[in-house]
Amino acid sequence: MSVLIFAELDEGKLKKSSQEAIFYGAKVAGMLGTSATAIVLGAADDSELALAGRFGAAKVLHATDTKLNEPNGMAYATVVAAAAQQEGTKVIVLAKSSLADAMTARLAGKLKAGLAANVIELPDLSTGFRVKSSIYTGKAFAYNDLKADIKILAIKKNTIVTEETEASATIENFTPTLNDADFVVNVKSTEKATGDILLPEADLVVSAGRGLKGPENWGIVEDLANALHAATACSKPVSDLDWRPHHEHVGQTGIKVSPNLYIAAGISGAIQHLAGVNSSKVIVVINKDPDAPFFKSADYGIVGDVFDVLPRLTKAAQAL
Amino acid sequence: MKILVCVTSVPDTTTKIAFTDNNTKLNKAGVTFITGPYDDYALARAVELKEKLGASVTVLNVGGADAEPVIRKCLAIGADDAIRVNAEPTDAYFVAEQIAAIAKETNYDLILMGRESIDYNGGQVHGIVGEMLGMPSISPVMLLDINGDTASITREIEGGKESLEAKLPLVLGCQEPIAEWKIPNMRGIMTARTKPLRIVEPVSTQTLTAVGSYELPAPRGAVKMIKAEDAEMLIQLLRTEAKVI
Ligand SMILES: Cc1cc2nc3c(=O)[nH]c(=O)nc-3n(C[C@H](O)[C@H](O)[C@H](O)COP(=O)(O)OP(=O)(O)OC[C@H]3O[C@@H](n4cnc5c(N)ncnc54)[C@H](O)[C@@H]3O)c2cc1C
Ligand SMILES: Nc1ncnc2c1ncn2[C@@H]1O[C@H](COP(=O)(O)O)[C@@H](O)[C@H]1O
Repeated sequence: MSVLIFAELDEGKLKKSSQEAIFYGAKVAGMLGTSATAIVLGAADDSELALAGRFGAAKVLHATDTKLNEPNGMAYATVVAAAAQQEGTKVIVLAKSSLADAMTARLAGKLKAGLAANVIELPDLSTGFRVKSSIYTGKAFAYNDLKADIKILAIKKNTIVTEETEASATIENFTPTLNDADFVVNVKSTEKATGDILLPEADLVVSAGRGLKGPENWGIVEDLANALHAATACSKPVSDLDWRPHHEHVGQTGIKVSPNLYIAAGISGAIQHLAGVNSSKVIVVINKDPDAPFFKSADYGIVGDVFDVLPRLTKAAQAL
Repeated sequence: MKILVCVTSVPDTTTKIAFTDNNTKLNKAGVTFITGPYDDYALARAVELKEKLGASVTVLNVGGADAEPVIRKCLAIGADDAIRVNAEPTDAYFVAEQIAAIAKETNYDLILMGRESIDYNGGQVHGIVGEMLGMPSISPVMLLDINGDTASITREIEGGKESLEAKLPLVLGCQEPIAEWKIPNMRGIMTARTKPLRIVEPVSTQTLTAVGSYELPAPRGAVKMIKAEDAEMLIQLLRTEAKVI
């Protein structure tokens, strides 16, 4: 009956968003009077499996088939569905990510599950099973009643503040039958920025727009991001102009982020941009135009020139 | 080659969302409906493939009659015919069941969708359809080329991208820069009026989820302005007041 949590790895490490998912899943399990089981797919160190226990999983299923070392939404869905069946799971929890999106849908199809994406709070069990989710790209919320026997919750980043304990989980090997049909897509090559903080995972984000004038000026953005241990992001025109890679662009047609801190430098604050960042906890806007619309959605604002302000913020942050 | 493009009719991206009927319905007053921006990319690529390789392009929407202007616009952009499943889309599973039912009637080589709708932003329908039809589903697709029965695909992953190859048939969720959005020309608009639009009743399904009510986010508190000459103060405030760094 346990609550099953898909715990995603990035380069062998348990993703921060998955730590949140485990903690969230354990809370839901507590509400339902059951325990939480995390499932990890592909090679992972014992310390990473143990970490799942410290965030609240009572048990960790580890599927180690080498075919699972490459992330594969279809195969992962097959494995998680098998685990759900073994465990008699009624509630599956995952953290939103590009891999999780691909999996969630296949899982919902397999299990005929009631699915809520972009969940932002713990469920309300007083009237059934009700979850709050973010819709219209962060412009509104919906209260969804999940009526299906099996429920899948894909949670947004920063849905829950985690706590790590000394608890430990039992670790079990899980060896489901894999399905050849899940391996028909050939991965020819992968290009991935390494060492950087992944934007969707980041707690702090420094973002810049057309106000930076050109890609050659991004050094001042990166310097501030480094000083704060933040990820960098940009507005859509910036990626359209190829000043920055596409996977850095946030907004309605880009990545949706919900970090603790979003600093926007030289971005006007168009509604399509806000759509991707409006659920950030704290928003800082730096713009030389006092009438820039972004100031209306900010918590802190500085009217000033980014070429003056950013380097000074970097110095101040380095001095912390 | 037969291509099915699934499109949503959604509030324009500049819409200020509001609800009526005790927060149980979207207030459609004054809202302009557009094709989902990602669906527009899927359609644009389908039309390009048709021009390049020869293909038929069918547009499919699950929605009420008020979605027809959006469907006509897709026909004006270059789709050959359209199907509307006459039902309010209640959730991703329901929509996927309708799409799968239509797709079972015809052997489509490609089912193109947007990476996500901009109303519910689930990014789920393509995967559920793929599962229901036993086809691979891939999203978000940035580049798509077809060579015989094989698709070459570039897909965005977190922090980068990956090149893939797979045999048709496939279900794909599309995003930029797969193609440039197309604007209908006069001739397209004229011919769209007479292109076939078939209206189909939904296959019945069990209710898996239902929205009880909607809510708008609480407004942010007033912005605290810091003078440019005191910029360094921001870092202090982020630490001591906002407590985020
Ligand atoms: C369907 C659709 C989807 C879209 N999706 C997205 C999306 O996902 N993400 C997105 O970002 N946009 C999106 N857009 C585009 C959006 O409407 C805006 O055009 C875009 O966000 C503007 O980017 P920007 O703020 O960088 O540039 P601009 O609007 O050109 O603003 C630049 C800002 O920099 C300021 N500035 C200039 N120089 C300085 C300086 N030296 N110091 C300080 N400030 C300076 C200016 O005052 C100005 O406010 C979308 C548009 C459409 C139609
Ligand atoms: N009501 C609908 N009618 C047709 N296609 C849809 C509908 N809803 C979603 N889709 C397709 O599925 C994609 C993903 O939608 P979603 O899972 O809602 O984010 C969209 O971009 C569309 O291509």
